[in-house]
Amino acid sequence: MTVAPVMGQRFTFVRPSALPGFGITLGFATTYLSLIVLLPLIVLVWRASALGFDGIWQVATTPRVLAALEVSFVTSALAALLNAVFGTLVAWVLVRYDFPGRRLLDAAVDLPFALPTAVAGIALAALYAPNGWIGALFAPWGIKIAFTPAGIFIALVFIGLPFVVRTVQPVLQDFECEVEEASATLGATRMQTVFRVVLPALVPALVTGVALAFARAVGEYGSVIFIAGNIPFVSEIAPLLIVTRLEEFDYAGASAIAVVMLTISFVALLIINSVQALSRRRYEGA
Amino acid sequence: MRETALSESRPLQWLLIAVAVAFLALFLVLPLAAVFVEALHRGVGPLLATYTDADTLSAIWLTLIVAAITVPLNLVFGIAAAWAIAKFEFRGKSLLISLIDLPFSVSPVVSGLTFVLLFGAKGVFGPLLDDWDIKIIFAVPGIVLATVFVTFPFIARELIPLMQEQGTAEEEAALTLGASGLRTFMTVTLPNVRWALLYGVLLCNARAMGEFGAVSVVSGHIRGLTNTMPLQVEILYNEYNFVGAFAVSALLAGLALVTLAAKSLLEWRHAEGLPTARRH
Amino acid sequence: MQKASQLHDVTEMGDTTVDLGKGEPIAITAEGLAKSFPGVAAVNGIDLQVKPGELMALLGPSGSGKTTLLRLFAGLETPTAGRILFGDEDATHLPVRERRVGFMFQHYALFKHMSVAENVAYGLRVRPRRLRPSSAEIAKRAEELLELVQLPGLGRRYPAQLSGGQRQRVALARALAVEPRVLLLDEPFGALDAQVRRDLRRWLRELHDRTGHTTLFVTHDQEEALELADRVAILNRGRLEQLGHADDILDHPATPFVAGFVGDAIRLPVTVEAGWISLGRGKVPAPFQFPSGPAELFIRPSDLTLAHSTGHGTFMGKVVGTRRVGSARRAELVLEDGLPSVEVTLPLEHSVAKGEELHLNLLTMRLFQAR
Repeated sequence: MTVAPVMGQRFTFVRPSALPGFGITLGFATTYLSLIVLLPLIVLVWRASALGFDGIWQVATTPRVLAALEVSFVTSALAALLNAVFGTLVAWVLVRYDFPGRRLLDAAVDLPFALPTAVAGIALAALYAPNGWIGALFAPWGIKIAFTPAGIFIALVFIGLPFVVRTVQPVLQDFECEVEEASATLGATRMQTVFRVVLPALVPALVTGVALAFARAVGEYGSVIFIAGNIPFVSEIAPLLIVTRLEEFDYAGASAIAVVMLTISFVALLIINSVQALSRRRYEGA
Repeated sequence: MRETALSESRPLQWLLIAVAVAFLALFLVLPLAAVFVEALHRGVGPLLATYTDADTLSAIWLTLIVAAITVPLNLVFGIAAAWAIAKFEFRGKSLLISLIDLPFSVSPVVSGLTFVLLFGAKGVFGPLLDDWDIKIIFAVPGIVLATVFVTFPFIARELIPLMQEQGTAEEEAALTLGASGLRTFMTVTLPNVRWALLYGVLLCNARAMGEFGAVSVVSGHIRGLTNTMPLQVEILYNEYNFVGAFAVSALLAGLALVTLAAKSLLEWRHAEGLPTARRH
Repeated sequence: MQKASQLHDVTEMGDTTVDLGKGEPIAITAEGLAKSFPGVAAVNGIDLQVKPGELMALLGPSGSGKTTLLRLFAGLETPTAGRILFGDEDATHLPVRERRVGFMFQHYALFKHMSVAENVAYGLRVRPRRLRPSSAEIAKRAEELLELVQLPGLGRRYPAQLSGGQRQRVALARALAVEPRVLLLDEPFGALDAQVRRDLRRWLRELHDRTGHTTLFVTHDQEEALELADRVAILNRGRLEQLGHADDILDHPATPFVAGFVGDAIRLPVTVEAGWISLGRGKVPAPFQFPSGPAELFIRPSDLTLAHSTGHGTFMGKVVGTRRVGSARRAELVLEDGLPSVEVTLPLEHSVAKGEELHLNLLTMRLFQAR
């Protein structure tokens, strides 16, 4: 690395260090990253861009694609919202209360990360089918869960839960007990302390967790297709439509839907990053 | 236990615990239990029949091979990336960190699709591969590539925060004592990150063996040749061979349980060897 | 320039008059108060009264139970035995939120996600509807309190955007907003730089004199306690060692612990024989009727002077080192081999060499029977 005199510090790519191995490790890491991750994604965007913006718009707005996108985004959003409530509750109970089996439950929260999605898919389908353990409870009332959008919702709740719990939990864990005591000495009831002091402090983490759960749910495939019924216009999700298009060798159509989904995931990521940056700037003074 | 003034009343506590436990039981425990019950409800006979079936065995074998290739590749990448990112200050570092996490925000189906666009019959390199008679899509290399893509960030994202927390002082000390770069890495850096490394490997392996969406797109579902265990589950399920499907699922669920147990053990016993976010 | 104006800011009181609405100050009393945690008796039977309008310091080493005692008064801990009185009212089992104490935490415990004004207004906003002032009144009061603590116009900032000293004052304004009957401050200056500390110390004293709250504050800094408080309570291992004015504590320590804890005292194990203490090849008279046997002698640098004669009551010390302290010189002396060294303050012009022997007089006697 050549160090320019005087202004050197400002124009060098890497700050000089006594440790060896920077060039080779960074070189390898970026090459591998480019080949495995970036190249395929660039080809995808390039392929879709051959259609032009109008072409993508046309594919994305055909009724069947629109319906699939709607099913994916609406059920993902609903599942993320349910997880926002119950994920926070689970995190609260795991952090604040001591009860037999707490550690086991804590470990179980990561099950959706560890269980292969196809396994979760057929298990949920078996449970919520009209003759399944849970489906049978609803069947007499004429309520169908599996093979309807309700089934997709169930699968997406399963998939998204750990994202919310695992982002809220550490923040709750590190929450200073003194802040709650301060609230009590100022005359607040326990409920006021929880709703005005503790929960508002969890909001940035909660938004992050919900956005992560939502982004994952939108792209989810394995756990959904077994329970969804996959009826076009009713319970067909966007990722399944990509697979269908591929099987028809409609690469352009598949790419167009994929690009729409990618864009939306990146918007979700952008939201996460700006929420975190904003809350860091305001509340942590960084 | 906290003072009552600073905590919820006992009955409310128990109510909240009950709701949380019921929710987790309904959404997590019940599906897991269903896998094992469905696998066993016709007795052990059909279960064994599935496990001795040639197609199932070849699916198990392929899954092991894919994991055996994927995990070491991403391990080497994770170590190299973490070394460069955590121990040096350079331009574009935060961009690099975001790019490493990129595969997490891509739908598995889309990741599979990108490889079809690259190497499929009508893909960018399709004609070239055809000339050389190399098959990637609908063959094992495609499955490996798709799996490497989706499991790409797992090890790096455990190592990077931990190595950043640890800083460079110990390595610098080793160098001043006369150790070579490689020796410093082997005797100082590696022992400091071994638990995080194991943690990342566990998660990477679980996902590699369980990946469905991405692999499903590139595999072509050729029995005995390009079926991994999750794909075998799908095939058996679609053929209404539910016992078979759940029998294979039970193996994968067992793997998930072992992974969870090992992961929790690391979190309890070796919390100081994991990045701060993993300690709870 | 910057420094000077900051100093001005915190030492001069503003002209605002704020109705603190607290009524007459009340006394707070602990009667046989005890609190044990599993394995430790943090507070072990304390009787203590802070008089109405008094500024009292709780001083002690870490682990002496001073913070626990403060938290007991606030209701943040429940006592295992004893009573707490607010005025004549038994407050032992009064819930925290009904005690109306202004508690300031060591690290302030500000609400990070609320602006400064929202922090200050919090105690008023959480009141039951019928006791709650209108929002316009709340806003006005928050602004008045911020003026009182000399942070006018900073209401819209967030705690993270303030300096340590500013945060401390926000915490105080927040505590004052609820019209507290007493103020309880846990290490109020503990998290601040030395310079800011000294400025805020004077400022707090002036604020107290103006608002007249019964105030109890915890500190481990004896200079802070002795300079700032009307009376100082010294705690050790959960017990009250001594309660008194600064002069009492410095000049008449009630226990060996206090004698050793305040001032830069050195503890020397000595033997008393028939009214005399053997020390440094000399003899010093013990107090009248002091029993014979092993004892502990506490010596501060200001307790020793150079003797002009070698008569009765003088003793010898061998110089092992000297150092410059401000406008004087201190010589480190060994009185007897094996004993800890003591210090004596010398005029600057008096130079001494290592190894030199000095004749000494003991001006003040702080002698306790060994336990």
